[in-house]
Amino acid sequence: MDAFKKIKTIVTPLDQVNVDTDQIVPKQFLKLVQKSGFGKYLFYDWRYDSNENQKPDFVLNDKKYQNSKILVTGDNFGCGSSREHAVWALQDYGFSVIIAPSFADIFYSNCFKNGILPIKLDEKTIDKLKIESSEIEVDLENQFLRTSSEKIPFEIDPYKKKILLEGLDDIALTLKYENEIMKFEKDSMIPSVL
Amino acid sequence: MKQVVCSNTNQIRLKMGKTLFEKIWDSHVVVEKDNGPSLVYVDRHLVHEVTSPQAFDGLRINNRKVRRPDLTIATMDHNVPTTDRGLPILDQTSSIQIKTLEKNCKDFGIKLFDINSPNQGIVHVIGPQLGITLPGSTIVCGDSHTSTHGAFGALAFGIGTSDVEHVLASQTIWLEKPKSFEIKVEGKRKNPHAVTAKDVILSIIKNIGTGGGTGTVIEYSGEGITDLSMEQRMTICNMSIEAGARAGLVAPDEKTFDYLRNREYTPENYDFLVNYWRENLKTDSDAKFDKTYTLNIDEIVPQVSWGTNPGMTCDVTASVPYPEDFAKDDMNQQKAAEKSLQYMNLKPGTPITDIKIDRVFIGSCTNARLEDLIEASKVIKGKKVSQNVRAMVVPGSQMVKKAAEEIGLDKIFTDANFEWREAGCSMCLGMNPDILSPGERCASTSNRNFEGRQGTGGRTHLVSPIMAAASAIEGHFVDVREMDLS
Repeated sequence: MDAFKKIKTIVTPLDQVNVDTDQIVPKQFLKLVQKSGFGKYLFYDWRYDSNENQKPDFVLNDKKYQNSKILVTGDNFGCGSSREHAVWALQDYGFSVIIAPSFADIFYSNCFKNGILPIKLDEKTIDKLKIESSEIEVDLENQFLRTSSEKIPFEIDPYKKKILLEGLDDIALTLKYENEIMKFEKDSMIPSVL
Repeated sequence: MKQVVCSNTNQIRLKMGKTLFEKIWDSHVVVEKDNGPSLVYVDRHLVHEVTSPQAFDGLRINNRKVRRPDLTIATMDHNVPTTDRGLPILDQTSSIQIKTLEKNCKDFGIKLFDINSPNQGIVHVIGPQLGITLPGSTIVCGDSHTSTHGAFGALAFGIGTSDVEHVLASQTIWLEKPKSFEIKVEGKRKNPHAVTAKDVILSIIKNIGTGGGTGTVIEYSGEGITDLSMEQRMTICNMSIEAGARAGLVAPDEKTFDYLRNREYTPENYDFLVNYWRENLKTDSDAKFDKTYTLNIDEIVPQVSWGTNPGMTCDVTASVPYPEDFAKDDMNQQKAAEKSLQYMNLKPGTPITDIKIDRVFIGSCTNARLEDLIEASKVIKGKKVSQNVRAMVVPGSQMVKKAAEEIGLDKIFTDANFEWREAGCSMCLGMNPDILSPGERCASTSNRNFEGRQGTGGRTHLVSPIMAAASAIEGHFVDVREMDLS
């Protein structure tokens, strides 16, 4: 995974609550067996009509936002299915920061495995960000956003921050605990399936 | 043993007993850190074709093996066709995904119940049926409805593909400890055939909202829960994720232990385990939950969802709500409701029972077990599906299908003009050819009414199996309490 770098772009406002992973990447695109190339399917049914023409009223189809790396959205973002394809699609499309009042648990955890920083902020701040037209800076190391007018701090778990900043492979980190895992297995009373 | 600890607010308090969730959590923590996530051991890892290919690829790239193939079980469910299993799979991409799972299981030594296995079925249906699901265990799967297994007193939750890879490689997962949430369902049902577990969980989600359980593990308790059969408890736990919860569980009791006895993979030392579970797998009387919610089961009536998330649900006796009544003080929710009504093509004020349907789907990990099919068949016997409706039954597993056929349920359904299919996830998420056409309206026993979930432009109403069956006959929603269910 690439290390998370400081970014500075305009935000894409997606003014909706409860955006579910079925919307982020619809099921017909889950049959691929690789991780790459999901960006073109991001918000597919909202972006395209049945003839695969872009719907002009959907925010991602507004050229203004095409270089934005920051998605600002509503409560409970990423609810529903555990499909990591949703995160792959957001990342492949170009987003590396998602800002919302709250996230669904599995989606939130999936973000960190793919170099996406999900930031939780209160609704009032988010309402201001949604209408911010100039670029905002996201500094993960120092945990703040900087808009044209203010500096907004955010919270993040230190372990998750480290994973993102260093682009770590957390399986390699876990396997360092081999002795602890082996000891646990020796004492476990749950038998094998087979 | 009680000890003095500091709580978050720095007030000294006596340490209380533990909840069931905390006991299972504590007994599975391998590495604990002062701040941040814990490394938690996984007792059972269930794998299916859609969320695993990239995980196996990751293992190959890094030259890693599956640490515990003996704790890992795979099946194919999400995009298998539910028509004749003897025919080739026409959708090439589905076929590749299915073949990829076969190859991955072979290469990494994992037991697979493939498309022709008598044990094939929806992963959350076969786990309990085979005795793979066990009380007090931790179970993960790359599928959000893994919460289903919580009905057996297991800590079971969905994970993403990166975590699937992590568990394959290490048999562990890093997790922040969720909060505990008790949902107490009190009272007794007056009409247990008409008011089902599905109505209970839809009522709960309607009341606490689709984010009401975020960051928590729900323990369902109370007489309204202990009265339920294991299959009904699975329906409840299954939809915990629809309330945003990480997992949902029910303390195991004699019904639990009886259900799992003598299954194909029930452990040899089962009685020994049961004795331990009976003593240990319950919430202590002095335990404190972070959050609680109580409802009375005898106030619940059959439920029908009207919108595009499971929280947008109302009583069958009600009318489609006005957005401003649905969310009085929340503009964002009102806007969401307006958008939903537009998508669903519904006018506020329309009585639910006036809504006509085109399709009926009885299936999914929520409601496709034997009991669900038995209940649904009660309103069908001797009747025909309305001429304007196409209805199908997709049993949750090949074992469910066989058991249903042994008691003649297939005949009841097909005589009524229902299609009787092979097992799989089918139209719950429409990854296989079973989908709604744009604009079609479906009474569905599945778990999600999201936009396009059952087919682009399709409109889903979530209901119980008996409500789905009754609406198939009538062509519109009906209050099953008014029907003869004897």
